[in-house]
Amino acid sequence: MSPVPERSAGTGLSHPLVERLRAAAPILTVPVLMLLALPATGDPSAWVTLTLAGLAMGMMIFVMASGLTLVFGLMDVLNFGHGAFVSIGAFVGASVMLWLSGLLDPGGVTLHLAAILPAMIAAMVVTGALGVGFEKIIIRPVYGQHLKQILITMGGLIVAEQLIYVFWGPDEIPLPRPDALRGALVFGDVAVEKYRLFAVVLGLAIFLAMHLLLARTKIGLLIRAGVENGEMVEALGYRIKRLFVGVFVVGSALAGLGGVMWGLYQEVITAQMGMEIMVLVFIVVIIGGLGSVEGCFLGALLVGLMANYTGFLVPKLALGSNIFLMVLILMWRPQGLIPVAKR
Amino acid sequence: MSEPLLTLDGVHTHIGHYHILQGVDFSVPRGGLTMLIGRNGAGKTTTMRTIMGLWRASRGAITLDGRDITGLATPDIAQANVAYVPEDMGIFSDLTVRENMILAARDGEPKDDRLRWIFRLFPALEKFWSLEAGALSGGQKQMLAIARAMIEPRKLLLVDEPTKGLAPAIVGALIEAFGELKKTDTTILLVEQNFHFARALGDDVVVMDDGRIVHRGLMADLAADEELQQNLLGLSLEMHQ
Ligand SMILES: Nc1ncnc2c1ncn2[C@@H]1O[C@H](COP(=O)(O)OP(=O)(O)OP(=O)(O)O)[C@@H](O)[C@H]1O
Ligand SMILES: [Mg+2]
Repeated sequence: MSPVPERSAGTGLSHPLVERLRAAAPILTVPVLMLLALPATGDPSAWVTLTLAGLAMGMMIFVMASGLTLVFGLMDVLNFGHGAFVSIGAFVGASVMLWLSGLLDPGGVTLHLAAILPAMIAAMVVTGALGVGFEKIIIRPVYGQHLKQILITMGGLIVAEQLIYVFWGPDEIPLPRPDALRGALVFGDVAVEKYRLFAVVLGLAIFLAMHLLLARTKIGLLIRAGVENGEMVEALGYRIKRLFVGVFVVGSALAGLGGVMWGLYQEVITAQMGMEIMVLVFIVVIIGGLGSVEGCFLGALLVGLMANYTGFLVPKLALGSNIFLMVLILMWRPQGLIPVAKR
Repeated sequence: MSEPLLTLDGVHTHIGHYHILQGVDFSVPRGGLTMLIGRNGAGKTTTMRTIMGLWRASRGAITLDGRDITGLATPDIAQANVAYVPEDMGIFSDLTVRENMILAARDGEPKDDRLRWIFRLFPALEKFWSLEAGALSGGQKQMLAIARAMIEPRKLLLVDEPTKGLAPAIVGALIEAFGELKKTDTTILLVEQNFHFARALGDDVVVMDDGRIVHRGLMADLAADEELQQNLLGLSLEMHQ
């Protein structure tokens, strides 16, 4: 056998700076995309608006996608039903917001600001609880069987959509944002939309919390170890299925929260919104590297930015551009931006 | 003599449609080191995985310390105080050396004196304590895998081919480490192809072929009997001398 090569050997050109750049390359994709868009949009104030819109959209997609990537990483489960939690979260959140707003501000035309937090919590509690049942009834019987997983989780999604029709009727529900989250803060000729700022801050907070959990706590270490080699985690004496159920439930709750955020962003919700957004969510999970929360975060920002830049420049290509982005990134890094070690 | 710590009684294991273990019988005496040797494909790894509950025995019984563990889930077997070092080492390469050790220590933070003992045996682990385990060399990964299994006192240690692909100097370090472990109460079942290593450490020896046990005895007796070695293991030993 030939000796194992040293990490940095073999490139010949290897230089500490080159190495550092290579390690940082996935993170640099986000600023690079922003910089490329600057000359393309032409107008700096439009660029700021689009960039913020892209980051906000990216953060919301990250909130919806983060659970999905871990669910796949940990148990190789392909959950096409994840979008159901997005829609259900949005409808539960909307019901709570409309009801509370009616109490707090009878006759008001918009939602009440104080109704938003309880609505988000309610959406997360309900979708988290549904996640428990979904895992038990739909996912558990098909562990390790990908084709069946795809079929049955899609079935779960369709059932959930129909249940939304049963409970909330077939019409879309308008969700006028409260005045405090409407309009923009204006700095010179740059307008920063308040709700987008709010979404960025909330998404960033969730990412940081997840990052700390995964990096600093024993549960987090177990999740990361389980993504790489679940068998070894079990051989060390931990029950990976219990860990998986926990991750599935948190992922479902976050999808529900993402649904509320997305609904407030669009100011309208429909039963199909979960299924529609799932196309982008899957692109994000694949771009990021299956099982990687950091990769998912970067992927979500790229997809959000790309959707907004092309939506402005060539509206017809908005979705196509993200598929193009995915192909490009996979050609460069076939395992995604931040591949996780997998046995 | 007291009753053996681990006993396999007529164990059969199927993997898919293949009938791999075909009635494996042997026992591992308490406190010693039992070597499990045999040709490539004899079923050594399958035996270890079956004991660990990673494959399910389709027939037969596995008894640990008087308790029937056949069919228990892997985490339950681990919690019966068994540590396992798989053939591929099972290192978590995205985690640091330290984080790998933290997960191996089920009862909380690794104890200081235990860590000092491990660092004395494997100084590289102290040096690379905060490095991602994926960046370690092959030998260092093997040391980490064994160190994980030693971080808390265990009743039984299952180690699958620790010398695979390692340079002689590192094999020497492993011999020393297992020598130290043998001084503790831990019972060890070790799969090995390297006869030099097996002879240096084994108290008892079990030889496998084609999914069955073909010889049981003292390591010293087998080491002294070249003809028996030839019969049982053929040329495979020579190649690993
Ligand atoms: N996952 C599997 N699927 C099918 N057959 C398997 C599987 N794992 C092992 N086998 C077969 O079982 C037999 C025993 O394999 P095992 O890995 O237990 O041998 P071993 O004694 O550990 O060999 P080595 O010395 O090469 O590690 C082999 O014939 C092997 O091909
Ligand atoms: Mg083997």
